[in-house]
Amino acid sequence: MEDEFQGTLETEGVRKNFMFLNRKAPYGSIYAQEIQEMVLISAAFEQNTAVVFMDDGVYQIKKGQDTSATGMKNFSPTYGIFQMEKEDAEEDEDVDVVWHIVVEKESMEARGLTPEDFVIDVEVMDAAELQKLMAEQDVILTG
Amino acid sequence: MSYEVNGKTVEHDEEGYITDISQWSDELAGLIAKDEGIDMTDEHWEVVNFLRDYYNEYQIAPAVRVLVKAIKKKFGPEKGNNKYLYELFPYGPAKQACKIAGLPKPTGCV
Repeated sequence: MEDEFQGTLETEGVRKNFMFLNRKAPYGSIYAQEIQEMVLISAAFEQNTAVVFMDDGVYQIKKGQDTSATGMKNFSPTYGIFQMEKEDAEEDEDVDVVWHIVVEKESMEARGLTPEDFVIDVEVMDAAELQKLMAEQDVILTG
Repeated sequence: MSYEVNGKTVEHDEEGYITDISQWSDELAGLIAKDEGIDMTDEHWEVVNFLRDYYNEYQIAPAVRVLVKAIKKKFGPEKGNNKYLYELFPYGPAKQACKIAGLPKPTGCV
């Protein structure tokens, strides 16, 4: 029996630092929604997850989105799951998964936005701080 | 393909998931459950109502792992575990309970 489960056991406990870099406006391309799904999958495998919103990507988490005229699904409420995962990871002492939900300061300010404009709580980092966080990553996926 | 509830026709896909979430009702949930061989108890309703609330808030159905975690948080560890949820919904808590709750089929999970 032990041999049969070896494959599973070997993959357990592998935890890498994944960064998901969102740089595009939410609608008009599929990038934002695809990355959102990747982040949820990353969470399911209990990976360290850093989600970053920069450039027009900051609009992905802007409050008050209304997509009714486009016929597309408003997927901004789903970002709430990121926050829930982050809070769960922080509360649960048995789990040492690290989450970052980051907005790049320069991108936010250039668009006249503040942290209160977003559907989830974010850490605001300037380009230099973000660069440091990037250097800690094993994998960076950009969309 | 459709369900008939109180003289109303509700369309569903080939696996029995209703196509328009706004058509859902308690009666319809009971009917879908019966098709699934499930007799709805308060414990079943707890999970189904939880899924509907979750969907309203986040606009997607939770993965099983998230469901278990969230149920544990809300109703305690004796309910927030796979064994309990699979006893209620033997063919997969997310899949079967989502169908009863009128939500779209969850992608890539049981």
